[in-house]
Formats: sequence, structure tokens, C-alpha cells
Amino acid sequence: MSDSTLEPILSVRNLVKHFPLTQGILFKKQIGAVKAVDGISFDLYPGETLGIVGESGCGKSTVAKLLMNLEQATSGEVFYKGQDITRLSGRALKAVRRNIQMVFQDPYTSLNPRMTVGDIIGEPFDIHPEVAPKGDRRKRVQELLDVVGLNPEYLNRYPHQFSGGQRQRIGIARGLALNPEVIICDEPVSALDVSVQAQVVNLMEKLQDEFGLSYIFIAHDLSIVRHISDRVGVMYLGKMAEIGTDAEIYDHPTHPYTQALLSAVPVPDPEAREHRERIILTGDVPSPANPPSGCRFRTRCWKAQERCSQEVPLLAVPSVFAGQDTPAAHESACHFAAEKDVVHAA
Amino acid sequence: MPELTDPKPLTEATVAGVAVPAAPADPQREKARSLAGDAWRDLRRKPMFYISGLLILFLIVIAIWPSAIASGNPLACDLAKSQMGPTGGHPFGFDTQGCDVYTRTVYGARDSVAVGILTTLGATVLGSLLGGLAGFFGGIWDSLISMVSNIFFGIPILLGGVVFLSVVKGGSVATVTLFMVLLGWPQIARIARGAVITAKQQDYVQAARALGAGNTRMLLRHILPNALAPIIVVSTIALGTYISLEATLSFLGVGLKPPAVSWGIDISQASNQIRNAPHMLLWPAGALSITVLAFIMLGDAVRDALDPKLR
Repeated sequence: MSDSTLEPILSVRNLVKHFPLTQGILFKKQIGAVKAVDGISFDLYPGETLGIVGESGCGKSTVAKLLMNLEQATSGEVFYKGQDITRLSGRALKAVRRNIQMVFQDPYTSLNPRMTVGDIIGEPFDIHPEVAPKGDRRKRVQELLDVVGLNPEYLNRYPHQFSGGQRQRIGIARGLALNPEVIICDEPVSALDVSVQAQVVNLMEKLQDEFGLSYIFIAHDLSIVRHISDRVGVMYLGKMAEIGTDAEIYDHPTHPYTQALLSAVPVPDPEAREHRERIILTGDVPSPANPPSGCRFRTRCWKAQERCSQEVPLLAVPSVFAGQDTPAAHESACHFAAEKDVVHAA
Repeated sequence: MPELTDPKPLTEATVAGVAVPAAPADPQREKARSLAGDAWRDLRRKPMFYISGLLILFLIVIAIWPSAIASGNPLACDLAKSQMGPTGGHPFGFDTQGCDVYTRTVYGARDSVAVGILTTLGATVLGSLLGGLAGFFGGIWDSLISMVSNIFFGIPILLGGVVFLSVVKGGSVATVTLFMVLLGWPQIARIARGAVITAKQQDYVQAARALGAGNTRMLLRHILPNALAPIIVVSTIALGTYISLEATLSFLGVGLKPPAVSWGIDISQASNQIRNAPHMLLWPAGALSITVLAFIMLGDAVRDALDPKLR
């Protein structure tokens, strides 16, 4: 999918978001900043799914909000078809929003409890009346309900009358209403139970084929991300640690953090489980308000050396693999990148 | 990775545990519903709404037109009948000045209800406007409005009443209402600010912004309906407090002043004589309690009707 001949639909360049830490009530004084996202770059190509994984607090959701312009980026750019959307406002921003939509994490808080399903899915048409003429809207809303596998007659019901999975479908229908090209999914299934997760993920795959959507799929469940993604990016403490196709990341990880994450994936086969190596990380994730110098992962890394505390590793194909035609030759932000197959290790 | 099952089309039966009317044959013909329409339909099924509604209607009618049910003059008093119990034609008895308690109770509705309703309206509108502003825009607005409301919170209400009302030299419904709105709005503003901040952080507000909704739409469609419930509850309860506060101020001699007729004045006068003539206290206090109850019941019913989860 990441065909270099294709133009990326969304390019993120050095995106930074620092939340200021202030002191004082009336006369606020900045005493520091939480570096939630600290220089992230990636591309999203038409029709592909880019998975973003990482543990809680690593800045995944902030990236989603920045892409949606729900938070103002501190610096950096997000290009949608060559146009920087982080500096847009007013009408131009509204026009871009038609093409980039979002599915939220918690289906219990993402739907207004005092609006009917018809009003919720119809709201995009109220805001962008040019998408559907007034007489047509009701029919469009019913079509959308049908597309996401809900009964079109549920129009007059309220969100609390639905189960979690059904609510998430309503959220997806709302995201689809404006025929967007990109949908940003911020942990769309993590609030659902496993059997319903499968339904929703499969629905999203079906919709992708039907409407040619591009997804940015944020999650912390590695199996779900592998199932749906074409490419995967691994985040740690506001930075991208490693990015590549799903086979490159899952079968040939070169960044120690990715290897540690993958070694924690449960293995259903008890034989294989006994033989595989678990990488147990020591310590906690450092505070994003005061991240370690150099490589952010060095405080928990078993490979860390003097160089790691002085030099920030760049996200690039590691020099040991440069020019080689191996799956390990993908972008990885580590000075000592080395392949280690943790998923199949015997 | 195990094979994932296909999404199943969900049928009527999957909405478990919720009694839903059978869907009409042609969904195209079924009218689209709105929150206000659903709330009104829900209200019309509630006995509590009818009881409180009728009581309030009755109060408003006698406040506007007291002579409809009381033929006497509330200021025509006969000292010879001071503190006399009920007699023929005077079912509630007489007060210390020998005035007819029934006539005074009926005539007292006007000023008491007027002060209560006007203060509630004023404090609720001002309070939710300022509190909502503070909660929605945050930052310097929030700091400023919160600080001003804290200053008003710090004023002891009785001391403030004595100072303000003795300087203004009022004693009319307008001045008493003005003073009470001035001291009452911070309470509503605090509730409104909290409710708006809670609603603002919900994902559905973010979702609306992601769709490109402007501030007006977000406030009117998403934040206001969800922030309204606590404001309604607090303001209906406050209405009762305002009527009793008016009584307290009148008791101290700075609120409404005779010859104005109000429950507050009558209650304060009767409270000295409770052992000699309990009927003097009973009737105006009873009328006050029923009024407060009616408004609280109405507020309760409206709040429940606006919450789809309780239907």
C-alpha cells in the first residue's frame, strides 16, 4: 500500500504539542510543559490503514486530536493534499473537516444523550447543508444506519437504548455522513468486549473497501492493529519509535521497545508460550513533563549506552540495514537497532 | 489471530431490556422527534406535573386577581377582634391587628409569589449566563467571573440586606427583588459553570466540533440541554428560599413594609404569638410551604422529562 508512486493524502511533519504547566490563579506563570507529542512525522496514503500503537499516555490520542484540529499544535504541520491544516480556521477549516472525520473511543460519551439517533447522524448535514438537500436528509440518515448494520427504523431512539457495539456503529455512521476520505479512529474498539470488537473492526474493513477510506487506527491492542493495519507506527513518550508495514513491525522488529511490546502479546499455544522469551521492562514510563535526554526509551532499555543519553536517535532506516533488501530495513529510531523476532521465537 | 466473525445485521430483538413500541410499517411517515417534543409528551403523562401545574396556575390567578376568592379588604382591621380564632365568615381567624387572616393570606400571594418568581428568573438567567460564559470560555473570563461571584458569596445575606435595603430606602417588590438577584446569582452561576464544564469535556461536544459546528450550535444543541438539569433543580429549590428570605427581610423591617401585604410580613408577625394564636402562623406558613412544594415538584417533573434515560 505504501507505494511511493502514490501521493500521501495526509502528511504529518514534526508535529509537536506541549501542554503548558502553569502556576498561580489570576497571573499565570508557565513553569514547564507536558511534552505530549514531541516531533512526529508520518504519511498516510489513500486507501490504507495506518495503525498507531503505544502504551497509555504516550500521546496517541493527542495525535488524533491534533490531526482533527481539536487541539492547536505547538509547532509542525499536517498536510492534507498539500494544504497545511494546522493553521486553518473558519470556512477553510470547515471545508477540510468534511474530508477528515473521527470515530471516538468511548461510545457512551461520544453520543449526546439528549439527541435522537436521527438527530445525531443528521447533524453533519445541518452543519454542512450542501452535502444533502433538506428533503433528502432523512433518507440519507436511514441509508447510513443501514450501511453500519442497524435497523433504519431506529431513527427516533435515544443512545441509551442501544448497546455499546450499536452505539459505536452510530458513531461510525456519523463519521461517514459527510463522505470523508480519512477517518481517524481513536481506540474505536477498546471500550467494547471482544466479540463486539470483532464485529466493529470487520464493519470498518468492509466500509473501507466500499468507500475507499483511509484510516488512522489508534489502539493499544496489538492483535487488533495487526488485523486491520497495512502499516504500523509504534509510539513511545511522544515520539515515534518505529514505523513500517505490519509484517516488518510484527515479524522483524528492530527497536527494543517494539520487541518488548510484542513479547507481551499473549500466545494461545502453551507449548510455544513456554519457549518464547519475555522481555520484561523495568521501571515506569518517565514523566512527559521531564523526559530523559537523548533517546527517550534509554531509561528502560537493556541496550542503553553512553551514546543514547547524548544523541537523539532519528527515525530512519538504521545504518546496519541501509541498502539491504531485508524486511528489517524499515524506519526505526534506535542507535543499536537489531532484528529480534519475538513473536515466533522458540 | 483467530478469524473474526462477520458483523451480523442487528435486528429488533437485539435491543434487549428496553420496551420499544413496534416500529410503524412505513418509517418515512413517522414524524422525526425532538427532545422538546418528547419532553412535552412525557410531561403530559405525569400526575405530578398536573398537580403542581394546577397549584401554580391557581396561585398566579389569585396573585393577579385576589378579590375573586376573598371579598374583604386586607387592610380593614378591627382591633377588637385581635387574635380571635375562626368564626363564621372568617374561617382562618384574625391576627394581632384584628385583620382577617384569610383575606391577608390570599392577598399576600401577590407580593410573595412575585418576589419569588422574579428573583428566581433574574438569578437563574443572570447566573446561568455568567456561569455558562465562565465555564465555556474559561481562561480570563472564568477567573474574572468566579472572583466576582466569590465576592458576592462572601457578603452575609442579612447584613447585606440591612445595609443595601436601608440605603436604597425601598420596601417595594422591585428593590427587594433586585437585592435578592444580586446576592442569589452566584449560587446558580457556580452550578451552571460546573455543569457547562462537565458537558464541554464530553466526547459528543468534541465530535460536534470535529464536524465543524460553531460555538452557537455547540452551546444550544449540546451543552445547554445537558447542563440544564442541575440548574433547574437548584433554581426551583432556590425559589422557596427566596420567598422565605423575603419573609426574613420583612421580619427585620428592611424587606417589604406594611401596608404591603405578604406572607413574609404575616409570618414574622405571627411568629411572636405562636403560643397565643397558632392559627396566625399556620395559614400564611402553610400557603408558603405549598407554593414552594409546587415549584419544586414542577422543577422535578421538568428535569425528569428532559432526561431521555428516565423515560
